[in-house]
Amino acid sequence: MKTMADHALDIVQNSVRANATLIEVIFTEDKKNDLYALKVTDNGYGMPREVLKQAANPFFTSRDTRKVGLGLSLLKHNAEAAGGYLNLSSEPGKGTVVTAVFRLSHLDRPPLGDIWNVWYLTLMGNPQIQLVYRHRTEEGIFTADSKELKEVSDGVSLQEKAMKNAVIAWIKNNLEDIKASK
Amino acid sequence: MTKIKTLDDLRKLKNEVQSSIRLRENSDHPEHLVQVKVGMATCGIASGAKETMKYFLDELEQQAIDAVLTQTGCMGFCYAEPTVEIILPGKDPVVFGSVDKEKAKEIIDVYIKRGELVDGIIPISFKTVND
Repeated sequence: MKTMADHALDIVQNSVRANATLIEVIFTEDKKNDLYALKVTDNGYGMPREVLKQAANPFFTSRDTRKVGLGLSLLKHNAEAAGGYLNLSSEPGKGTVVTAVFRLSHLDRPPLGDIWNVWYLTLMGNPQIQLVYRHRTEEGIFTADSKELKEVSDGVSLQEKAMKNAVIAWIKNNLEDIKASK
Repeated sequence: MTKIKTLDDLRKLKNEVQSSIRLRENSDHPEHLVQVKVGMATCGIASGAKETMKYFLDELEQQAIDAVLTQTGCMGFCYAEPTVEIILPGKDPVVFGSVDKEKAKEIIDVYIKRGELVDGIIPISFKTVND
């Protein structure tokens, strides 16, 4: 995974598979303490403690199509390589919270990447899920909530090219405004 | 055009768009639509599934092909990612492997539009690693 956006896309798929109806992806930048956090919360099935303990183990997966599960392992690896850590908490029936913390200034912290495409593609691929993307910096907070967007775009498919470009420009412009780190 | 920064800007643009497009009447009959599912697990993402999905999204829209594009998990063909499963109306699902932009173009032009098979199909009866 080369970018934070790729990681987010990947971790969100876990939530999709856990039948979540609300998924929040929250980036928090803290220059003062030199921290950069990616947090994904969902209201899916959650995991019992035994599974949770194993979740970041690359040789553990809840799937039966293959024997490895690299999503969380790769995120953990990248976080630790950038002076941070991965934290998982989960409650069966309630949902799961994945938090990956990086050193903001660390050379090995992956760049943000095309988070706008990730948000848009995940939304198009899973229209039934409410998908929230929030980005917080010292300059401000930007929130993209699929529920709000659906109300705004009522009657016009988001797949229309003009709408798609507008949505992506909307996210990009706002990230620029709050001076999100690249 | 002014910069789009708020939901109101988006709403304005939507109203402009709304008056200029024809309404597509398809949502009631998903079984009559082409279904495209892009494998979007770790292995897929690492191999560029995001770009593949973006390409399908743009092209299907551009060429006005009525299709439902969704994401799916890993099907166990990690070596052949990005994988794309296509279901033409009334036909069995077909899974294509190693679908980059060029392959995606071929799939749209030849398989989706003309119904002719192209190279790169993963046999559906193929067993997964655990079998």
